[in-house]
Amino acid sequence: MMKPERPVGIAGYGVYIPRFRIAAREIARIWDGAGGVPVDSKSVPGPDEDTITMSIEAARSALARARLAAGRLSAVWVGSESHPYSVKPSGTLVAEALGATPWVSAADWEFACKAGSEALTAAMGMIGSGMAEYVLAIGADTAQGRPGDALEYTAAAGAAAFLVGPAADAVAVIEGTTSYVTDTPDFFRRADTAYPVHGHRFTGEPAYFSTSRGAAERLLNDLGAKPSDFTYAVFHQPNARFPQTVAKQLGFTPQQIAPGLLSPKIGNAYSAAALLGLCAVLDVAKPGDTIFMATYGSGAGSDAYALRVTDALVERRERAPLTTAYLARETFVDYAVYAKWRGKLVMG
Amino acid sequence: MDLAKHWRIRHARYRLEGQRHRTTGEVRFPPAPLRPGEAHDSWEPYVLSGRGRVYSFSIVRQPPEGYDEQAPYLIALVRLEEGPLVTAQLTDCDLDQVTIDMPVEMVTRKLRALGPTGLIVYGYKFRPVV
Repeated sequence: MMKPERPVGIAGYGVYIPRFRIAAREIARIWDGAGGVPVDSKSVPGPDEDTITMSIEAARSALARARLAAGRLSAVWVGSESHPYSVKPSGTLVAEALGATPWVSAADWEFACKAGSEALTAAMGMIGSGMAEYVLAIGADTAQGRPGDALEYTAAAGAAAFLVGPAADAVAVIEGTTSYVTDTPDFFRRADTAYPVHGHRFTGEPAYFSTSRGAAERLLNDLGAKPSDFTYAVFHQPNARFPQTVAKQLGFTPQQIAPGLLSPKIGNAYSAAALLGLCAVLDVAKPGDTIFMATYGSGAGSDAYALRVTDALVERRERAPLTTAYLARETFVDYAVYAKWRGKLVMG
Repeated sequence: MDLAKHWRIRHARYRLEGQRHRTTGEVRFPPAPLRPGEAHDSWEPYVLSGRGRVYSFSIVRQPPEGYDEQAPYLIALVRLEEGPLVTAQLTDCDLDQVTIDMPVEMVTRKLRALGPTGLIVYGYKFRPVV
């Protein structure tokens, strides 16, 4: 288990989910999905949205909850597999929009669906070592799936931002983390190609399940804790079924994961998926509650965290829109509009 | 590509940064050059709250180059709570949803891309309050 010498926590958090949805049934209508659908619907970014714009909104809410001036940030880090530029950082633009520039570190992180939690763990190191007081760790994605591919039913959009700071100023203290990583070819996208490729036989047990369990079991063991010691649990959610299955394998109950299980309605928000789940849990948690989270990124790795909610959460969470406010504004589009906005039409 | 033009006004565009007069407290947006006779430090940078109301609006159906994908879209005059009136696109708002005096809030969105290989221009838009 990794644990900083100086206690660290989450001082503020913020979410963003686009207002647009496409029903999985609508995708099945086009591509003959006779075998059932993995989610009910997924979020779709509007034509003026991308990883940068979603990161900015989530980050503004995180700062607002802590009432922290952006100038006090030591780093603005954005984890994503859909940065708008191949070369030109998302982090600098987000930092500029927040008003955090120029005396700030800014960088982009990449690790499939756990790019955001990579930034979170690194932020723990910055604060825990005393190098920084406050760091923004963001996970955001506008994921793409090849038309007709199984992944198209779930590849979604969203952002979650965590303002990481000293435990004394936290809504939730991070008690420890583990990271479990192997070279596993379950899913990948070559540079400058539009759509990812599945590693077929590596999907599922050899990748998501064994990796998530690897990080989770080690953290539980090192903490001397059992699943029933936690009020809530959150797992990466590439579809509706995987997080429920891995929770059951580890011994967590459906009740523990229910508040943080968003994928049935918004799909897989990639780098934001598990982090949005944690935000949704923070929206309802009480002081003293404990939260277990394990992220997952293809390639493959998982970061597990144990958190304990403090008294500060109750007041701070009301200072910015709750996750339910974004979930409630659902505007469904059809496949044609979705194809236009997601750049799937060849304009000549 | 007009890189300098877009870069120069990034603070106003990204975070609605205007100016506040150091003695009168007057807030203005967009930021403007000094007027003749004014002391060099008369105005200080000031980030507006982003809250306001729709003063008037129109629907753009014949968009200028670079905005084709978003058309038809709403453009509005927004009266900010600090006083200035700004022209901006409305987003996350259906064409028949907007009304005069509707409360709106600022969000930072993509305005346009300067072609498939050029700069992506980001800036303020307004949406119905979440």
